Amino acid sequence: MNDQVKSQNEFSNSEYQHGFYTEIAAETFPKGLDENIIANISRIKNEPDFLKDFRLRAFKIWQKMTPPTWAAVNFPPIDFQKISYFSSPKFQKDKPNSLDEVDAEILATFERLGVPLSERKRLAGVAVDAVFDSVSLGTTHQEELGKYGIVFCSFSEAVQKHPELIKKYLGSVVPSSDNFYAALNAAVFSDGSFAYIPPGVECPLDLSTYFRINAAETGQFERTLVVADKNSKVNYLEGCTAPMRDENQLHAAVVELVALEGAQINYSTVQNWYAGDATGKGGIYNFVTKRGLCKKDAKISWTQVETGSAITWKYPSCILQGDGSVGEFYSVALTNKKMQADTGTKMIHLGKNTRSRIVSKGISADDSVNTYRGQVKISSDAYNARNHTVCDSMLVGKKAKANTFPNIEVKNKTATVEHEASTSKISADEIFYFKSRGIGEEQAISLLLNGFCKEVFNKLPLEFSVEAVKLLEMKLENSVG
Amino acid sequence: MTLLQVENLRAGMADKLILKDLNLTVNKGEIHAIMGPNGSGKSTFSKVLSGHPAYHVESGSILYEINYKLTNINDLSPETRAREGIFLAFQYPIEVAGVSNFEFLRASFNSVVSHQGGEEMDVLDFEDLVRQKLKLLEMDEKFLRREVNVDFSGGEKKRNEILQMAVLSPRLAILDETDSGLDVDSIKQVAFGINKLKNSDNAFLLITHYQRLLNYITPDIVHILHEGKICRSGDKDLAKEIEKNGYDRLISQAKK
Repeated sequence: MNDQVKSQNEFSNSEYQHGFYTEIAAETFPKGLDENIIANISRIKNEPDFLKDFRLRAFKIWQKMTPPTWAAVNFPPIDFQKISYFSSPKFQKDKPNSLDEVDAEILATFERLGVPLSERKRLAGVAVDAVFDSVSLGTTHQEELGKYGIVFCSFSEAVQKHPELIKKYLGSVVPSSDNFYAALNAAVFSDGSFAYIPPGVECPLDLSTYFRINAAETGQFERTLVVADKNSKVNYLEGCTAPMRDENQLHAAVVELVALEGAQINYSTVQNWYAGDATGKGGIYNFVTKRGLCKKDAKISWTQVETGSAITWKYPSCILQGDGSVGEFYSVALTNKKMQADTGTKMIHLGKNTRSRIVSKGISADDSVNTYRGQVKISSDAYNARNHTVCDSMLVGKKAKANTFPNIEVKNKTATVEHEASTSKISADEIFYFKSRGIGEEQAISLLLNGFCKEVFNKLPLEFSVEAVKLLEMKLENSVG
Repeated sequence: MTLLQVENLRAGMADKLILKDLNLTVNKGEIHAIMGPNGSGKSTFSKVLSGHPAYHVESGSILYEINYKLTNINDLSPETRAREGIFLAFQYPIEVAGVSNFEFLRASFNSVVSHQGGEEMDVLDFEDLVRQKLKLLEMDEKFLRREVNVDFSGGEKKRNEILQMAVLSPRLAILDETDSGLDVDSIKQVAFGINKLKNSDNAFLLITHYQRLLNYITPDIVHILHEGKICRSGDKDLAKEIEKNGYDRLISQAKK
């Protein structure tokens, strides 16, 4: 009996442990969006003309576009004039030169999130770029990476120090005209991370970006660009959290990956944005465009564990342009309460002998809706292209919904495309079976989840997979009815 | 010594009262068969004993020996009952996708052992233990690598229940219609397992509609359950009488 009381208390406290808010002075733009706001963002960041023009062109494109309505999600229309497009913590001096000069409050925030940044405490083996609202605070391990010729820094810093790389690759995978939110991002993106791995280099550390939204009524629009030059290799990790607030907040990011000949990029995300409360109030709208371009024999592997956000609209994709290139997508998407997720991938086979593999595991609990939407496209030149898709849904409780919308388009007869799908259920009977063998509910759910998601969790770096399992368990407690 | 004492048990599901003043005493070392026609409350009784959340006890008590004391277990959770040595072999064992039999057995064994104050077993030691049990039951090691009950035949599922029982060494094993849907060979295999596991410290409650399982296991006491209560008890010959004359006649005799 005592045990039960205790675990319920633990649950209510730990439901969203990242939901705290940091009290800091911030410089936030007035709400609304027009050319002046964009020019101001560009000015504050001291950007070269090509970038300012890139933004303004995107803004013009965006103004002509309408938000997409095809996703299986419902929300009231967003008033884009009621969002602030830039918020930066007010720094005591100018801008901190190194992470050790960042405000103690902010450093403490990241420490509390499990991402210590200061020289003394930072994580070994992982270089972190910390993004707080609209700005990158700094990047750890830069010196060490520099020895290998690896560039890993905030997007803003890259614009100043490596404009030629930005000019060459920005928008090369996700053009501004791609979709409504990508266009918006191109116009107003404030910061993000940039990485460049020189030819033949295998990045000795995992690179990682931690995104934190703190300010209220502010959107976060970051842009990540990773370029892996010929025959290089890099593992990239991404984590996201936000305070619990009653209003919805928009997060519209763009991630572009470029894998040149023979290069390999593994991109992993554990997304835990605040998802709103049980009545559907608050939470992040996570509208993200992620895409990678593979040249000859290159490989891009997306792994995502999506556990948060009120609404997720996200399709990490691969353009398999070069012959023999490989694209992978491993995903666990969990929805509970009133969450809505519409997520999946696109594998566009252009080159010969290109291969792709999709493993999608959707878990829906409570009143949530979880949709897998995928596209496999084999172009007429993609001889011997192969795709294998596994798409499994798990329902927890009686009210949750799962949808699967695969779209397969094959224009070359030599291609092989396979699609497997299944739906299962964690039922009260199943839980009782575990209990009748002495296994408590928590451990039962953990065993079931691990079994269901094994294939995806195996692709994550160890610390990430441990965290992912814990996150899922926490969210599913009390959901089995 | 008494292991289980059920007193005036009234229990049911939702608004429906199914067990009406059921009384039963089971001593260590005994095998009891509870027989009865469909709808008499046999499966309900097994679920109430194991603490299934869909069933509730209205009145009466289920006393079970814990640390040499008969204790009312009405309020104990199903997992606690299991850890105290009550085992229910399911009529329809549940398929658990993604979890291997070995993983499942180990999680189960360790929760029981740590509850009883023992130390959890590491993978290698546990593997040895399971191998011994497989050997005892003359079962194939391939069982361990398969997902729990997934794509198992009816007979395999029931034997898997017996394997779990062997690993957990319960003090009170309740077998709910373990013989249903099995061919003669499978019934023999299941009975073989039960006979191997029987000892003077544990007790078995065989819940069954037919007496054919009892051709291979000799019960000490046979009960007839009718309309939620035990209307007649006897020795192994009572089962044979049921087979010969049918439930109706015995029940109407009992009522007189």
